[in-house]
Amino acid sequence: MPTFWLVALLLALSAAGYYGGRRRAIATAAGNVKDLHSLPSYYGYHVALAAFVPAIGALAIWLLAQPMFIETRVSGMIPAEAIPESSSIGLVMSDVRRVAEGLDLAVEQGLLTAREARNAIAGEQDLRALMGEVGVALGSKVRPEVLEAAQAYRNLSHTGRNAMTAVVALLALGGFAFAYARTHKDFRARNVVERAVLALLILAASLAILTTVGIVLSMLFETKNFFGLHSWTDFFFGSTWAPNFRGGSELSILPLLWGTLYISFIALLVAVPVGLFAAIYLSEYASGAVRAFAKPLLEILAGIPTIVYGLFALLTVGPALADLFGKGGLLGVEWMAGATSVLTAGLVMGIMLIPFVSSLSDDIINAVPQAMRDGSLGLGATKSETVRQVVMPAALPGIVGAVLLAASRAIGETMIVVMGAGAIAKFSANPLESMTTITTRIVSQLTGDTDFASPETLVAFALGLTLFVLTLGLNVLALYIVRKYREQYE
Amino acid sequence: MNDMTVMDKTVETQNIKIAAKDVNVYYGDSHAIKDVNVEIEDNTVTAFIGPSGCGKSTFLRCLNRMNDTIDICRVKGDILLDGEDIYDKRVDPVQLRAKVGMVFQKPNPFPKSIYDNVAYGPRIHGLAKNKAELDEIVEKSLRRGAIWDEVKDRLDAPGTGLSGGQQQRLCIARAVATEPEVLLMDEPCSALDPIATAQVEELIDELRSQYSVVIVTHSMQQAARVSQKTAFFHLGNLVEFGPTGQIFTNPEDPRTESYITGRIG
Repeated sequence: MPTFWLVALLLALSAAGYYGGRRRAIATAAGNVKDLHSLPSYYGYHVALAAFVPAIGALAIWLLAQPMFIETRVSGMIPAEAIPESSSIGLVMSDVRRVAEGLDLAVEQGLLTAREARNAIAGEQDLRALMGEVGVALGSKVRPEVLEAAQAYRNLSHTGRNAMTAVVALLALGGFAFAYARTHKDFRARNVVERAVLALLILAASLAILTTVGIVLSMLFETKNFFGLHSWTDFFFGSTWAPNFRGGSELSILPLLWGTLYISFIALLVAVPVGLFAAIYLSEYASGAVRAFAKPLLEILAGIPTIVYGLFALLTVGPALADLFGKGGLLGVEWMAGATSVLTAGLVMGIMLIPFVSSLSDDIINAVPQAMRDGSLGLGATKSETVRQVVMPAALPGIVGAVLLAASRAIGETMIVVMGAGAIAKFSANPLESMTTITTRIVSQLTGDTDFASPETLVAFALGLTLFVLTLGLNVLALYIVRKYREQYE
Repeated sequence: MNDMTVMDKTVETQNIKIAAKDVNVYYGDSHAIKDVNVEIEDNTVTAFIGPSGCGKSTFLRCLNRMNDTIDICRVKGDILLDGEDIYDKRVDPVQLRAKVGMVFQKPNPFPKSIYDNVAYGPRIHGLAKNKAELDEIVEKSLRRGAIWDEVKDRLDAPGTGLSGGQQQRLCIARAVATEPEVLLMDEPCSALDPIATAQVEELIDELRSQYSVVIVTHSMQQAARVSQKTAFFHLGNLVEFGPTGQIFTNPEDPRTESYITGRIG
């Protein structure tokens, strides 16, 4: 039975369980709902959950485990000499899977009977042509070992599927029957359902955490591979970034880190004052109408995809800067060679970060109790004195937190720097030169034809992990500061 | 409770410090204060009493134009401070508030050191020429706030770290540091325990020698203890205004009597 129908059946069964459980509960209370321990719907949910959850869990595990199991069994059948030179067990196995799939499709489309498919012998029929007819392309003629393995593959998966259907159905019916039998007016169905909800919430929470752990671990392993191939002293303390796919690359993070930090610094130089002043205006001075209009408008900036900012950098800001500082420019200086530069990327990234800073700061400034402002105004302070001397100091730790969060976004930003900053890795203090960042290099090392065994590719993971550690550190610091600030008014 | 001594309080006639004439206050559409006429004397503690929502705090906040910070609030009528209309266009509310200090219901020390809290007003108004003068003002104010002995060794500690009663006395010290002529107090003891309340009340009585003090309170005992004049507000109307002894023992208006004896509230 296809998985889709199995799931549909489970859903139908749990729907039936809901009504069955509900009705039985009311029946045991002789129609008097007040005699029930829980509301009738809880009894319904109880039966529905008992029928659905174990069965769907088993289904999910089975679907994940079966291919792995079959793979190991079948690959064991293929003798080592059957693997052609310049090939690997993985490639042979993918042939096996495709042949098995093709046979199944052929049966489905009526080109072969089930019996013919089971007895197909390599060489006797032109299997390759047959496969071609059902849309499965094979690279060569089907060899007997592969066909044999494919048959075993089909057998195992058919048995597996049947067993899976049986187990899932049994679990569903068993759960249904068990819960239905337990349904009684004194049964504490509500507590059971509440526990199930709790389990769901915990599952959701742990999923997010586990994913993070998974990401970190996968990066960690690849990074380990990289350091097996490349010296870590060059990575951390070298001075040149010169990847060369023929080998002998110099892969140092320092020039990239310099570019990243320089661009982020310029971005913050733009975003922090503008964002902060905007937040002060919005929270302290703007009337309700202006605020209701301006705040969403400012936050629209945050919704613009960064690639669009990248285009803005490439097409507008970069050329404008080049017109100003470039050859034959308005200032008559020749400081800028092309449109891409640290300043281009930094300015545009700063614009991107303005709503980020202003929106967070606005919330923080609003969280400063009105009593503080009243106290200051009541002493005869003007509005700006109040903002400068009372509101800002009170909000400062939170604003520092907001700035650090903005910094960690700037460091991790990719599209704007890909399009606006250029691709040359170097140490330079001149903001009109093009430079490159960690994120851009990750993109360029991983796109195109890549060989996951060379240090030139694997360096991307080491760069990514460093970036991750960097931004994680900033985020932790920001959260720590924000939390400390929160305690002041509690 | 020392209601019995209320009658003995001397009520000398003083100069009129603040005179309110036909004051009406609106919050949007709701009419919060209706035709209030009241004269507040110098060197006197005037108490505003009345049930919750009767407008006594609103009226108090009109006296230093703190209601200006609320967008939907409109004030009509005349309020004269030393004969000058404080709602006149030429009057800067900032300067007015330096003359009419305010202490709020909840202690609201700034998240600064104790010293900086008190020095805040003198600094923004330029009352001290140098550090020594500022030190002197801070010490004098803290002494007047009856908190000097408790904090003199830790002036650099944050004001928010003090206890509730200490914070409120710090706020009073902060208010008197700007040398106001009138001190408005909006339920200054509602967040304090009885001991701290007693300290603040004692302080209010001392402050009377230099300022005109207006205090809003929910506690009738407190009004009786600290004030010389009492105004009873009800539903936005000033029902009765007179010497405290008279209001508490021999009220003219039946509503005042009902409130004092606990029948409405």
